Amino acid sequence: MAQTAVDPQGGRSGTRRILPVLASIARFVVIVALTLLGLLAVTFFIGRVIPVDPVLAIVGDRAPEHVIERTREELGLNRPIYEQFVIYVGKVLQGDFGTSVLTANPVMTDIRRVFPATLELATLGTLIGSLIGIPLGVFAAVRRGGLLDQIVRIIGLVGYSVPIFWLGLMALVVFYARLGWVAGPGRIDIVYEYTLSPVTGILLLDTAMQGQWDAFWNALSHLILPASLLGYFSLAYISRMTRSFMLNELSQEYVVAARAKGLSEARIIWRHALRNALVPLVTVIALSYAGLLEGSVLTETVFAWPGLGLYITNSLQNADMNAVLGGTVVIGAVFIGLNLLSDLLYGLLDPRTRRS
Amino acid sequence: MSDTTWRQWLLTERPQSRSQARLGRTYQAWRRLADNRLALLGLTIIIGLLVVAGFADVLATQSPIVGDLREARLLPPSAEHWFGTDDQGRDIYSRVVHGSRLTLFVVILVAVIAAPVGLLIGTVAGYAGGWVDAVLMRITDIFLAFPRLILALAFVAALGPGIENAVIAIAITSWPPYARIARAETLTVRHSDYINAIRLMGASPTRIVARHIMPMCVSSVIVRVTLDMAGIILTAAGLGFLGLGAQPPLPEWGAMIASGRRFVLDQWWVAAAPGMAIFLVSLGFNLLGDGLRDALDPKAGGR
Amino acid sequence: MLTFTASIRRNLIATTAAALLATASPAAMAATPPDTLVLAWAIDDIITLDPAESFEISAGEIMGNTYDRLVRFEVDDPSKLYGDIAESWTVSDDGKLYTFKLKSGLKFASGNPITADDVVYSLQRAVKLDKTPAFILTQFGLSKDNVAEKIKKVDDTTVTLETDKAYAPTFVLNCLTANVAAIVDMKLLEEHAKDGDMGYGWLKTNYAGSGPLKIRDWRANEILAMERNENYAGEKSKMARVIYRHVKESATQRLLLEKGDVDVARNLEPGDLEAISKNDDITITSTPKGTIYYVSLNQKNPTLAKPEVREAMKYLVDYGAIGATLIKGIGEIHQTFLPKGLLGASDEKPYKFDVAKAKELLAKAGLPDGFSITMDVRNTQPVTGIAENMQQTLAQAGIKLEIIPGDGKQTLTKYRARNHDLYIGQWGADYWDPHTNADTFARNPDNSDEATSKPLAWRNAWDIPEITKKADAAVLERDAEKRAALYRELQQDLLKESPFIIIYQMIETAGVRKNVSDFKLGPTSDSTYTFRASKS
Repeated sequence: MAQTAVDPQGGRSGTRRILPVLASIARFVVIVALTLLGLLAVTFFIGRVIPVDPVLAIVGDRAPEHVIERTREELGLNRPIYEQFVIYVGKVLQGDFGTSVLTANPVMTDIRRVFPATLELATLGTLIGSLIGIPLGVFAAVRRGGLLDQIVRIIGLVGYSVPIFWLGLMALVVFYARLGWVAGPGRIDIVYEYTLSPVTGILLLDTAMQGQWDAFWNALSHLILPASLLGYFSLAYISRMTRSFMLNELSQEYVVAARAKGLSEARIIWRHALRNALVPLVTVIALSYAGLLEGSVLTETVFAWPGLGLYITNSLQNADMNAVLGGTVVIGAVFIGLNLLSDLLYGLLDPRTRRS
Repeated sequence: MSDTTWRQWLLTERPQSRSQARLGRTYQAWRRLADNRLALLGLTIIIGLLVVAGFADVLATQSPIVGDLREARLLPPSAEHWFGTDDQGRDIYSRVVHGSRLTLFVVILVAVIAAPVGLLIGTVAGYAGGWVDAVLMRITDIFLAFPRLILALAFVAALGPGIENAVIAIAITSWPPYARIARAETLTVRHSDYINAIRLMGASPTRIVARHIMPMCVSSVIVRVTLDMAGIILTAAGLGFLGLGAQPPLPEWGAMIASGRRFVLDQWWVAAAPGMAIFLVSLGFNLLGDGLRDALDPKAGGR
Repeated sequence: MLTFTASIRRNLIATTAAALLATASPAAMAATPPDTLVLAWAIDDIITLDPAESFEISAGEIMGNTYDRLVRFEVDDPSKLYGDIAESWTVSDDGKLYTFKLKSGLKFASGNPITADDVVYSLQRAVKLDKTPAFILTQFGLSKDNVAEKIKKVDDTTVTLETDKAYAPTFVLNCLTANVAAIVDMKLLEEHAKDGDMGYGWLKTNYAGSGPLKIRDWRANEILAMERNENYAGEKSKMARVIYRHVKESATQRLLLEKGDVDVARNLEPGDLEAISKNDDITITSTPKGTIYYVSLNQKNPTLAKPEVREAMKYLVDYGAIGATLIKGIGEIHQTFLPKGLLGASDEKPYKFDVAKAKELLAKAGLPDGFSITMDVRNTQPVTGIAENMQQTLAQAGIKLEIIPGDGKQTLTKYRARNHDLYIGQWGADYWDPHTNADTFARNPDNSDEATSKPLAWRNAWDIPEITKKADAAVLERDAEKRAALYRELQQDLLKESPFIIIYQMIETAGVRKNVSDFKLGPTSDSTYTFRASKS
């Protein structure tokens, strides 16, 4: 969701490439580790103060008292909180995120199952947002103050203003219930549910690789509405940023020089200005992608999309803390990873840093 | 003084006093804002919200919490019920009107809590530097790395449902960007001659941060807060939608959508009116924030 | 220059449009496969597939379809029992020894034969694992230490069970129809056992039964798929597969049903039920369940402990309006603690919405101006709606009600700690016998904070030594007629004095597409037999 996208100014360290590579990597690793540890700690302690008895989620309402007490001991919940935390972190370091009490599976197994669903949704959303948003932003910048510029501005403002769950609800009613253009909630029709074997967990890839085109179209038809919705929010963000970066480029001296040399306007815009604007845009797209990944909670709720957002929300409400912790760490790590990636790309693409 | 002289006084190149300079800048900003029709529209919407909230008792035609389950359940919009009635037989128009108070309450309280916190952390980190900066920024990063809605959700779950707790949860999740901005601003002025001069005059670090650095960061934080207002409203509505915001029977817009969700196929109006209300108010804040940014930061004008 | 940009723009629009069209075209009318029954249902409560541990509503139905047990009851008349794995059974004259003769030649889905050893193993395993539902068996005096003595194999087709007291035989046999008494595949489980856990770790997500359907796949909060068990000796499942798809929202379920994406929708709310009742492709089936919804008053609160206040509150629920709107089609007003269908259940409804009467009672209690009180409410319908309505009706007598919403586990945690004022919740019969509800509503053997059992009476701090004695006597009465009379008396007592405002009995309703036949909802969750359904 674009509203939750993080400040684009944040997390930049791309210009300082003089430090020895190893030292900066070590520093980075320490920072990432500290951030993740902090993430774990915050989540862990929130989980312990939530006024829900986690044992109740496992044994249910009817369990006799001795069963409840025994389960509490088995889970180590009778130990002091800091001790529980140390034990937990120790296990995580060994790659053991524990078992979810709701699904009876190891948390990592669950995440491997639900994460591709979110990934698929956010990726298509970002694709839609970029493929439409960047050209829109460019046109808006070129015809600054024109009709298209106003339209882009309004698209952006509406995107920032509309409650995504409400829009999703209305879209579902119109495009699925009334018009029947797209398939409904869920990822795929039951017909195909057991005909394909999951490889990547990303249905579009799985079906395409196995040549099951019926299933492919079906999965796409389920995906297109929530992805378009997320894509719209991503578009609102990307088009505005593109416009702003393009305006910046178009006012640069090299553009004036190029015009003086008589280069065609189209060439100036698409070959020179856009190429330079793409450098900061990569960061924006990465951030918007991260925003969609983390912000899909509400979309997943509306579209019954079995992804990570829904998984975390559901686990949280049931005090299934292993699952919440695992999910949060994964999202946090992805977020940090995307920040790093955008820094790296920035360094690679930006001619100034490349030269140094 | 006549109109023209007032304007001359405000726009003078050589202000006689600090307050004249400040007023002059404000006036210029206002003129830029007033030139922006969209921003004015936003301002109008916000003023409208204030009016509706202020006179909710007069504007509402019926009670927002007492309905007639037996006779008036899920009625479509009509002359008697302008936006129809909900599943408890309550008048939706009156609920939307009263809901504006809750929205305002949330927005103001979050801003009042989160902005100063962010400002304080950011300026202290930026000015102090060193390990203070490292620790504070690490904490900020941790909160930034969190999925915002999930963090708010977790806090509400821990604090218990209710609108006050939702406010606290949203405030806890929204200060990091302000800290970032304030820190960045502080870094740019920290070594300026002006601050150095004050330091040489023997001002204490507390005084420097509180009296000289914070005021300089305020305007960019305010712009950012205004731009975030819509986000705050949407997060609050999202919490309400997930059932963790306001308690029934409070007419919180997000919670109204959540209950309208069950009837969305046949009684579309139950979810439509609060959805439009959220949209309109968020749009107002966005338009205004956008305009404010352009007005206060001429460098970024039109960007 | 201009034309160049324009042509780019045209191209862009064209490609975008093509992409959109391409995605839109193949969204033809969806249909479920002809050999598969697809049900939309909220199945997020399933946390284990082990019948010795599973105790949730949707898991109950899965177990009912996939595991056999010694005896079952007739779906159409739950008072009639028939042998499932048992051929016949006898009760000794002293009423303590039950002997079961098993059918021969039966097989598990795995191909292993079903023997007396499996039966003994299954029941002993449930007692030894001692998970939540184990109390259904241990209430006959079984424990980890004595179960080897009490449940025994006599020969390859005979098993005996010994109880500590001479309980009503209906009570014992009814309990044996519960999922916790399901027969599991000893050989298979021991193959997967780890550190002597009797396959507990493995069975959480796997299957070791012999029912008409077998579990193929469970993805929590997503899907549960069952398949025909070809080894089943009785009437085989008509469907090759039965698949439950997790869908929480009623509106979504209705959409899926109307579009034919599912064959059956299980959690439809009144508004959606009304809408699909006009749809010619869909029929509605319903059956009263053993679940009742109630509001309870914590007796630790001195105001609520006043008998007049308890009674006044019962007059401040608008039963009529709630029945006609909020629970229309999914429940019927019911005021006694035994749901219709259980032995001795009474259908009396002495209370109706009467503000004047309530005010009079409140004045008598010294509270003519009412009082303020809170109610813990789960974030689900219809309880939230009922709570909101009560907020309005209570206000008419000056009682100010504050609703504290929360997730189910959250309100329950508070309820079990006796920290609430009012609580709205439901209670479903654990097994098909009146004792299941009497045990919780009308028994409170130890009202201290350290009590080892926490029945609903305890959770509301309702100290009732006399009524507890009556309930204890009822479960030992071996004459069915006399037993029924005892329960009727108990219901009278509770109607008058109890801190429970019982509002309605749940009716389970499902929307079913016309081409599905023989889909019938059972009176308990364990007895909705989807394996009997067929499609044309």
